Amino acid sequence: MSRDELEQIVFKTLKVVGIAFFLLISGFPFFWMLVLSFRPLDQVIQEPLAMPSVEQVVSLSTYKGVLLPSPEPPPTLNLLGMEIPWNLGTVPGGKFLVQFVANSLGVAVVTVILTLIFSILGAYAVTRLKFRGQGFFNVMILLIYMFPAIVLAIPLFIVFSRLGLRGSLGGLIIVYLAQTLPVSLYMLRSYFQTIPAELEEAGLIDGLTRVGVIRRITLPLAAPAVASVALYVFMIAWNEFLFALLFLLEKPNVWTLSLGVYQLNTQEVPKTWLMAGSVIITVPIIVIFFYAERFLTEGLAAGGVKG
Amino acid sequence: MSTSDVAVTKAARKGPTLAQREARLAYSMLFPTFIVVLLIVVFPVIWNVWLAFKPIKLGDLQTADLWAFTDLTIGNFNRVLRGRNFWPVVGVTLTYTICGTLLSIFMGLCAALLARDVFPGRQVFRGVVLFPYIAPVVAVAFVWRMMLNEQFGFINEVADVWFGLERASYLSQRPLALVMVILFEAWRYFPFAFLFILARLQALPRDLYEAAAVDGALPSQRFWYITLPQLRGVLGTLFLLRFIWTFNKFDDIFLLTGGGAGTEVITVKIYDYLFGQFRVGAAAALSLVLAAILIVFLTLYFKFIAVEEEY
Repeated sequence: MSRDELEQIVFKTLKVVGIAFFLLISGFPFFWMLVLSFRPLDQVIQEPLAMPSVEQVVSLSTYKGVLLPSPEPPPTLNLLGMEIPWNLGTVPGGKFLVQFVANSLGVAVVTVILTLIFSILGAYAVTRLKFRGQGFFNVMILLIYMFPAIVLAIPLFIVFSRLGLRGSLGGLIIVYLAQTLPVSLYMLRSYFQTIPAELEEAGLIDGLTRVGVIRRITLPLAAPAVASVALYVFMIAWNEFLFALLFLLEKPNVWTLSLGVYQLNTQEVPKTWLMAGSVIITVPIIVIFFYAERFLTEGLAAGGVKG
Repeated sequence: MSTSDVAVTKAARKGPTLAQREARLAYSMLFPTFIVVLLIVVFPVIWNVWLAFKPIKLGDLQTADLWAFTDLTIGNFNRVLRGRNFWPVVGVTLTYTICGTLLSIFMGLCAALLARDVFPGRQVFRGVVLFPYIAPVVAVAFVWRMMLNEQFGFINEVADVWFGLERASYLSQRPLALVMVILFEAWRYFPFAFLFILARLQALPRDLYEAAAVDGALPSQRFWYITLPQLRGVLGTLFLLRFIWTFNKFDDIFLLTGGGAGTEVITVKIYDYLFGQFRVGAAAALSLVLAAILIVFLTLYFKFIAVEEEY
């Protein structure tokens, strides 16, 4: 056997093993999350590797428990002089995980809409119009793209406390906007550059305004990029944890789902609920992703490589 | 005709030029972005420097005079830099960052090479491999904690029952906990490297490989002499981005270990100053130190590593 043939065989074997390995490590934790969301902890301790019974899966009892109100009074925890309810299933005023799903959804959707409006305008200006400070603006976008969020966290925490914006979802949205705008601008800019300017000039000559050009010519052509930016921003806003923790902790009725699931990690809450919460927060992202995978991967790759 | 009318027609004749109008339009289109960035990024960064020199506690946040010059002090830096575990924390941060970055890029490279050629189920592979990256950090951190649990965790059970290994408390024992958070980092972010590298791989010209095959290059040689050199640019960019982001990472370690068992990184320490010790000034000072260390590393990177890519 020649060295070439030997290498061919070795690489083919490695390939099969490698594909299996990556599928396993990427997929298995999510499968296990689902399994643990159905099996009560005492059963898991008895038989850690067993599967849930059919009845356990069908009854969906943990999901009902974690999503809907429970009749018990809330245990509270004193933090910085404020009584805050600790157990997620029992937040006062009938706010439960469903409420956090709604909060997260609202925050994510508003962030997506605002980011899209601002970044489409911005990216168009940067690619198509001439103005002083263009280079400066491009550098600024890149710098912010790489800027450590934790450095912003402390001053923002103080300002928001003083202004009474802490505990408001509006404040959180502004922060998410600042975090997603640079990347979105960057991704859209790379895409707009690939659209021939002649098309837009033709539109201008035919009497369209700039806004008309953007709406009727640029946006339809850039639809894949716009879709991938929207998905990317949604993902960031839905998954974000640090700023939600800093800004919303004392006001349980405005918690986002990330923060809500984090609060499930206590002694009082069964681990099964924690896993059910984890499944609930993961499923929408995976569903959206499968629906629009093409946009997301192409967009992420284009935004990175072309720059 | 009155004098004011003359002024108006003159102004109208002069008017803003086309270039001026275009610039004005550009500014108005960029205005919202500019304001958001100014308020939420530029202003806090500058103010953070000021706060780092103030002896503010979390409790008196509402009443403290945040603008007074009289109480400026370098006490925060003294506390932060001379603290018993400052250097160990920096050491852990660098170990975590460098190992996590390199491992995630290496895994991303392997996965991208696998997904490059067509095979049945390739689309599924490309999708599933991205799960760790797109899933919320809260969910994946908790499922890791469950899987690594000493008593009933999947990993311990498999190690014990199938391989007869001793049970370990992976996330609360040195140095295992640091290894675990590095593995978590690599696992969670290899899809990011995968996406970038795969995009670059698919843009490589096919004829290069055909020519090499004709010349009798072995598969390993084709990888080493054709593929890898062409990936240098994207690998360098990935290293830079991942290094910066891992260095600033907070959630992953906070959720996995809370900074215990030798996994405390600078960002977790900042959080501890803020909410564990209620020292706002010290937290601001440490975040300045974090930014300073990052700038030093970036300078070194651009001086010694980025230049090499020119060849």
